[in-house]
Amino acid sequence: MSDLSEIEERAKKAKEKPAKYGSDIDLEKFTTEAPNYPQQDLGNIDLVDEERLLNAGVDITGKERSGSFIQVDGSVLHAVQTQDGIEVMSTRDALETYPWLQEYLWKIVPVDSDKYTASAELAFQNGYFIRALPGAKSKFPVQACLYLKENKISQNVHNIVIAEEGSELHIVTGCATDSPELRALHIGISEFYIKKNAKITFTMIHNWAENIAVRPRSATRIEEGGVFLNNYVCLHPVESLQLYPTAYMAGRGAVSRFNSIVVGYPGCEMDIGSKGVLSAPEARCEMITRAISTGGKTITRGLLVGEVPDIKAHLECRGLILEGDGEILSIPELDGKVAGVDMSHEAAVGKIAQEEVEYLMARGLTEDEAVATIVRGFMHVDITGLPPVLKEQIDHAIELSEKSLL
Amino acid sequence: MDNIGQKVLEVNNLTVTINGNTLLEHIFLEIYEGETLMLFGENGSGKTSLLMTIMGLGPYKIETGSIFFKGKEVTHLPPSERAKMGIGIMFQRPPTIRGLKVREILELIGHNSTDPEELAESLNFGSFLDRDLNLGFSGGEIKRAELLQLLAQKPDLALLDEPESGVDLVSISLVGEAIRKLLEKDVHHRRRKKAGLIISHSGHILDYVEADRGCVLVNKTIWCMGNPHEIIQGIRKQGYKGCLTCQK
Repeated sequence: MSDLSEIEERAKKAKEKPAKYGSDIDLEKFTTEAPNYPQQDLGNIDLVDEERLLNAGVDITGKERSGSFIQVDGSVLHAVQTQDGIEVMSTRDALETYPWLQEYLWKIVPVDSDKYTASAELAFQNGYFIRALPGAKSKFPVQACLYLKENKISQNVHNIVIAEEGSELHIVTGCATDSPELRALHIGISEFYIKKNAKITFTMIHNWAENIAVRPRSATRIEEGGVFLNNYVCLHPVESLQLYPTAYMAGRGAVSRFNSIVVGYPGCEMDIGSKGVLSAPEARCEMITRAISTGGKTITRGLLVGEVPDIKAHLECRGLILEGDGEILSIPELDGKVAGVDMSHEAAVGKIAQEEVEYLMARGLTEDEAVATIVRGFMHVDITGLPPVLKEQIDHAIELSEKSLL
Repeated sequence: MDNIGQKVLEVNNLTVTINGNTLLEHIFLEIYEGETLMLFGENGSGKTSLLMTIMGLGPYKIETGSIFFKGKEVTHLPPSERAKMGIGIMFQRPPTIRGLKVREILELIGHNSTDPEELAESLNFGSFLDRDLNLGFSGGEIKRAELLQLLAQKPDLALLDEPESGVDLVSISLVGEAIRKLLEKDVHHRRRKKAGLIISHSGHILDYVEADRGCVLVNKTIWCMGNPHEIIQGIRKQGYKGCLTCQK
């Protein structure tokens, strides 16, 4: 049996397999049927709401970007690179251009993980391929937008990102919907490959709507001296979100950092986690999560697996419940498999301390201003190595969320 | 409300409880423009509770009495209003506020008219501007961060809670210098406008900042109003219990 047919067979067998975490979504309620839209120049795209995109970190003008990718439902509207050494194209085009790319498909995200990975294979609807050639360094971030437009659409994308040896790649991915009332499902498979001494910073800003279910499935393989910086921001209501990206630190000195900032609203169900597998000496992994709840249930998970001596890993999760009926369940896990690992975690869930509010009021801030300042500070995570433009995007997303939070 | 002249602070017959327990009883206190009043008292005597009540902070319940600031009653105003009117406080044990940088709080307090760099330079605190407020700060660093905020706020009445506690010898001179600046100690006393209420259990701060008057908080109320140096000398000889034999 060829690799391709074997993958398909495994996907078929997993068609009904529920995911380990998160509520089970009935895929029958969604369709992959949607109009086909032609490719367009960035400036002429009128199928998308520019403001919604901008709030998700995607600038339709393409200024200060090393490339842009926009997919609406199943149609790739735009895939253009603007810097030598940085490739941006649809996954379908990339598979045709580079037959070797098959070797990267479903290698670190098993196709039979659950019904969502199976669905992404059996009803594949493109996705993006972004690659930095050896030694290339992106001057600006590459932006990728996955946009939902059609009611009841199930958008099933498979993304491949490769940073070749010694390269550096910054990516901002914005996800948004065309209208707040839209009911839809997004399944996004992402496989990241970071070669020797390469670096990827990946910032994902989710700007979904109240009736959207989201099931990203992603994994990263980091070789010797490689660095992966993963930032995840979800500050707007979403019906159901479950993700659990995994980083495999496979080479000596490989580093990964996960920073997640999420807000759970009433009626939202969020199950946010990440896993780091450290299987080479001197590997490092850090996971930092900030979760705010104004209602609904938020689960934050973190699992660190130390497989060899001389690794260091830390997990930190802080939760803030702003309203009485919100719930945050924090589940940190450390799995040290040999002697000589250095792993730690800290988790705290609480409410805003009255002492902190009064402290700021004594400086002249009103009670509302004091609470807003504390919440803003809580969501602020020091992210080293992030290009200023990406930091601005995250700060902008936090600013926008403050009004709806307080 | 009638204006009562040059008094900056007037506390009239203040009785304060917490969970039904009386902490302060029949407190009378007056502080004038340009004046620094030193309040002594042993640990747990209620000094901090008095400062917090004047600022409107904490779970304290005012059973009787009133607080006036510059002739206006503030007894039940929220702390933010009192701060805007010109009262500032230096906390002894301030909370840590994660994610809020020292630079940001200075800009918030100074309404962007304050240059955090310049201010921090005066307290040798420049390298702390981009640190989370009070996170991992030593005793001396906490005091300097507190004073920086007060210098940005420029209050007419500064309430200073044990400014010398937990501060090493190198930092204490910096702290003393900052308090002197805050209270306009280099301005001629007739032109000096800034007033201060400093609480201390050891009195060491008097080596760095001059005070005009002193008083003692014993048995939940104020005793021995007078020369601060004489009062602390008396306390050092006879202890705080000795104050009870003095005339109120």
